[in-house]
Amino acid sequence: MGGYALYVWVSYGVAAVILIANIVLPKYQHKMMLKTLTKKMQRAEQLK
Amino acid sequence: MMKFIYMMASPPHFYRLAGKWLPWLSGITLLLLAAGLYGGLIYAPTDYQQGESYRIIFIHVPAAWMSLFIYIAMAIAGAIGLIWRIKLAETVAVCSAPIGAGFTLLALITGSMWGKPMWGAWWVWDARLTSELLLLFLYLGVMSLYSAIPDKRVASRAVALLALVGVVNIPIIHYSVEWWNTLHQGPTVTKFDKPSIDVRMLIPLMVMAVAFKVYYVWALFLRVRVELLERERNTQWVKELLKMNKG
Repeated sequence: MGGYALYVWVSYGVAAVILIANIVLPKYQHKMMLKTLTKKMQRAEQLK
Repeated sequence: MMKFIYMMASPPHFYRLAGKWLPWLSGITLLLLAAGLYGGLIYAPTDYQQGESYRIIFIHVPAAWMSLFIYIAMAIAGAIGLIWRIKLAETVAVCSAPIGAGFTLLALITGSMWGKPMWGAWWVWDARLTSELLLLFLYLGVMSLYSAIPDKRVASRAVALLALVGVVNIPIIHYSVEWWNTLHQGPTVTKFDKPSIDVRMLIPLMVMAVAFKVYYVWALFLRVRVELLERERNTQWVKELLKMNKG
């Protein structure tokens, strides 16, 4: 990279981190949301 | 017509539709990113002035474009939510903010990484950089305002207003390199005459720009699905969905 390797690869690295985070995070939140809501629903049903 | 729009924008319908689209969006994004990276890092020639350092452009410029594009999308969605009270529009506006903030941060960091070897400084307080930093704060403001108000519908309205006021900043960012003397270079691609960039650099740049656009839709749909579940957790369709999920 003609002496600029550090600058170029840090740029591409930061891009990878930010882009991946914005995919992985909502996917995880989705999973957790389904879990919590299911639990809540089950608890509500037991109370009936 | 309005009936059709309301049907399409109804949370259960959109939740399912977005779920069906997700595999396509992820596939197209990854293909375009692979092509763009190959084009930018291998196919595109070395710059005669900046050497290899210019390759940051393939991240920096599309990210900066996205930071503006997503802000406008967020403001429009917010306005639609304000006027027609469409829940999906409110959700799209709110869910756009973190993605836009990500791209703005990316544009700023990669700009820094490019500025250091080319200008000799990580940061300068020039018009382009300062207005882009303000954009980051606008995104963060939208995110924190939304999370500070417990009633989601009230929060959506507040956020839409903030987003609309902040739109003033968008033309300032875009024209900053023309209105003021800045260290940041002027436009090379979005000029009306022929772009002053080698076509072998322009193609990967455009591919990356399209890749980021599709990525935005992908990331947005993921977030909208979570937000819809949370907002609609007491409705029948979510309960049915949970039952199906369990069984």
